[in-house]
Amino acid sequence: MDSIGVLIPIPMSAYLEQELEKRFNLFKLWTIPHKTQFIKDHATSIRAVIGNAFSGADAELIETLPKLEIVASFSVGLDRVDLKKCKEKGIRVTNTPDVLTDDVADLAIGLALAVMRRLCECDRYVRSGQWKKGDYKLTTKFTGKTVGIIGMGRIGKAVAKRAEAFSCPIVYFSRTEKPDLKFKYYPSVVELASNCDVLVVACPLTEETRHIINREVIDALGPKGVLINIGRGPHVDEPELVSALLEGRLGGAGLDVYQNEPEVPEQLFGLENVVLLPHVGSGTVETRNAMADLVIGNLEAHFLNKPLLTPVV
Amino acid sequence: MAGSSSQETIMTHSVIHPQVLIIKPPPAFTYFESNFTQKFDILKAWESPLPLDQFLTTHAQSVQAILCRALTPVNADLLQLLPALKIVVSVSTGANHVDKAECRRRGIAVTNARNAYSEDVADIAVGLFIDVHRKISAADSYVRRGLWSSKGDYPLGSKIGGKRVGIVGLGSIGYNVAKRLEAFGCKISYNSRSERPSLSYPFHSDVCELAANTDALIICCALTDQTRHMINKEVLSALGREGVKVNVGRGAVIDEKELVKCLVNREIRGAGLDVFENDPHVPKELVEMDNVVLSPHKAVFTLESFKRGSEVAIANLEAFFSNKPLVTPVMDE
Repeated sequence: MDSIGVLIPIPMSAYLEQELEKRFNLFKLWTIPHKTQFIKDHATSIRAVIGNAFSGADAELIETLPKLEIVASFSVGLDRVDLKKCKEKGIRVTNTPDVLTDDVADLAIGLALAVMRRLCECDRYVRSGQWKKGDYKLTTKFTGKTVGIIGMGRIGKAVAKRAEAFSCPIVYFSRTEKPDLKFKYYPSVVELASNCDVLVVACPLTEETRHIINREVIDALGPKGVLINIGRGPHVDEPELVSALLEGRLGGAGLDVYQNEPEVPEQLFGLENVVLLPHVGSGTVETRNAMADLVIGNLEAHFLNKPLLTPVV
Repeated sequence: MAGSSSQETIMTHSVIHPQVLIIKPPPAFTYFESNFTQKFDILKAWESPLPLDQFLTTHAQSVQAILCRALTPVNADLLQLLPALKIVVSVSTGANHVDKAECRRRGIAVTNARNAYSEDVADIAVGLFIDVHRKISAADSYVRRGLWSSKGDYPLGSKIGGKRVGIVGLGSIGYNVAKRLEAFGCKISYNSRSERPSLSYPFHSDVCELAANTDALIICCALTDQTRHMINKEVLSALGREGVKVNVGRGAVIDEKELVKCLVNREIRGAGLDVFENDPHVPKELVEMDNVVLSPHKAVFTLESFKRGSEVAIANLEAFFSNKPLVTPVMDE
């Protein structure tokens, strides 16, 4: 298989690269000075592309690679892959569901606790010596608060399971109501936001869900509400979010994703009611290795004509 | 204005409110003062210009009740100055700042807040636990310093699901922690003064054995003679290189010098601490580390907790003054 060309556009995981190199002819695009020319020169040998949250396979890339057979994404989100185009051309697409569900859900709760109980601020308070001068002020109780979840897929359900252990009532919005769930359904995000204290974004990024968190939703969540985004940056109208936080119209936010990573709006740096993480939702050694194994497993299955492990297209 | 006018104050009330002494006001009092002043006449020692012992000798000789906080020790010296004292109402759960033996000798009852704060403390324990494993505070700092753009991705954290968590002290707080962490896929086991057979978590009678069989220890127990420095070099060794320690009990349950040494030498992976041996002094080595999360003893600092704490304190005071059984007397160890 080591003559099969696999294109990986940006660094994702040393372990993944290592395992890919053992099996395939791996093209690490970030090490190549003239990228466009390189892709043109090697177009006919590239049969697989590795995608992730930042880089996938858009229509342009797909057109440039006539021998492309499979896009294996090192992520569960496929917003960077032109799924329609792949389907048209018979290109397989795989992702990494399930293995990262727990880590992302863990982080959602971690973010909610960090924002409401001011964990990061207090850590800074101690380190700067301010504790010697006086106690930190009161923070907001998390247990018992109503948690609203947008998207009740694997991750949404996992967030609900954890929040329930804190006696949090769960309410949700989804494309369609899920009758097997015992949680209260709201038919619109604005209604959901009006009826919860902590709003968690846990749905895929699509045309429909872009800016699903807009000014109306933010205002409905309100000056005591907390937004937790573990989805994709474009789920949120970022300038609206920033002005709401600066003006006190929104109580707080825990963000793992942004409109234009790794750029994070600097106006947020001075706020004590936000927690800003550098897209670490699945960022544990164990999970990234499991994701890499799934990518490798899917590629091997494809090139050995076996059923794919986690196909989406 | 307390002090010399306190006698007159009592006389001008249409109802005679029983007197309660406060040396320094606990937050539960400050935030819910009117709930207390509706029922009691508060002798506010901290508002007097007199030095404390003079104040007490002049004004507190017939005081039967004191409302105290964790930071004001109720010891033999203080008790000496309060000959009529019959009850110590502590707004904290931990009552280690009260000399219980001395109180017993003098026939003084002691009450605490019992379970008033369990949920909020459990939330902080879990928050610190997640933070240490997923490096939340460290990564937040990284982003705010502009390093994500300039230096690249933050180093990977450690998966919480599947971790074996040992709870030291399975009281109300410990139980609340266990319930929460189970939902994250953690495997719970515990060490406590006595086994709780109604719970299915594996019990270890020896805390060292617990450490050897877990990936993280969460300290939720009271500080007593038995638990002082219970988490020592041996226990930290047994926990091992990948071990994480979280403490929401009392700082002195851990041998802090040993803990610092272990962290500096990377003999354990990390720690989340809300309490220290000498609050608010934090060993400077910890301040320089990125694998620890530090919290200024504020696990109970929510409005809801202080409301509950004030309710329990008032309930105990009311019971005392009407000769009814106390609500949350501190049990003998």
